[in-house]
Amino acid sequence: MYIARVVGDVVSTHKNDRLDGKKLLLVRRLGLDNQPDGSVEVIALDVVDAGVGDRVLVVQEGSSARKIFNDNRIPVQAVVVGVIDSVNIG
Amino acid sequence: MFLAKIIGRVVATVKQDTLSNQPLQWIQPVDATGRERGQPVVAVDPIGLGPGELCYYITAREASLALAETFVAVDAGIVGKVDRIDLPELDPELEP
Repeated sequence: MYIARVVGDVVSTHKNDRLDGKKLLLVRRLGLDNQPDGSVEVIALDVVDAGVGDRVLVVQEGSSARKIFNDNRIPVQAVVVGVIDSVNIG
Repeated sequence: MFLAKIIGRVVATVKQDTLSNQPLQWIQPVDATGRERGQPVVAVDPIGLGPGELCYYITAREASLALAETFVAVDAGIVGKVDRIDLPELDPELEP
């Protein structure tokens, strides 16, 4: 899993049937300085009702992602699985 | 999944058997602002998109999940068309 910032809502009506009713979020992975680390943006499905601006926990592994939706044919790679309250360093 | 812009259709008559009847698109990965990120890739397109349209695609082992038939030799598959992305400017105060 990794820590990311939700930067946008992705609106998509024409898509794979198995994604009907699922919320898509655009996330940017964060580095230790809490800033985006410059890696490519990821589109993740949301199961915790996160919103733009939230710092979130993202699981990016296909089979874990499918397990979350209990659907082994759903085309998903990344899922927002938590909203981070705080991180204590040191 | 990742964002990309459709560059154009790829036509190949001679293909491995599992790829027959699978439309292919050449796509350029982009970020939310439209800036190009990385090298273009070829993806299967079960959605039916056209050049210039914004889409999101799935990669690696999961790519064939974009298709009805999952035993297909692909490593990138288009999952949906992006209508729009709501990108409110993030408040700098949000950064702790």
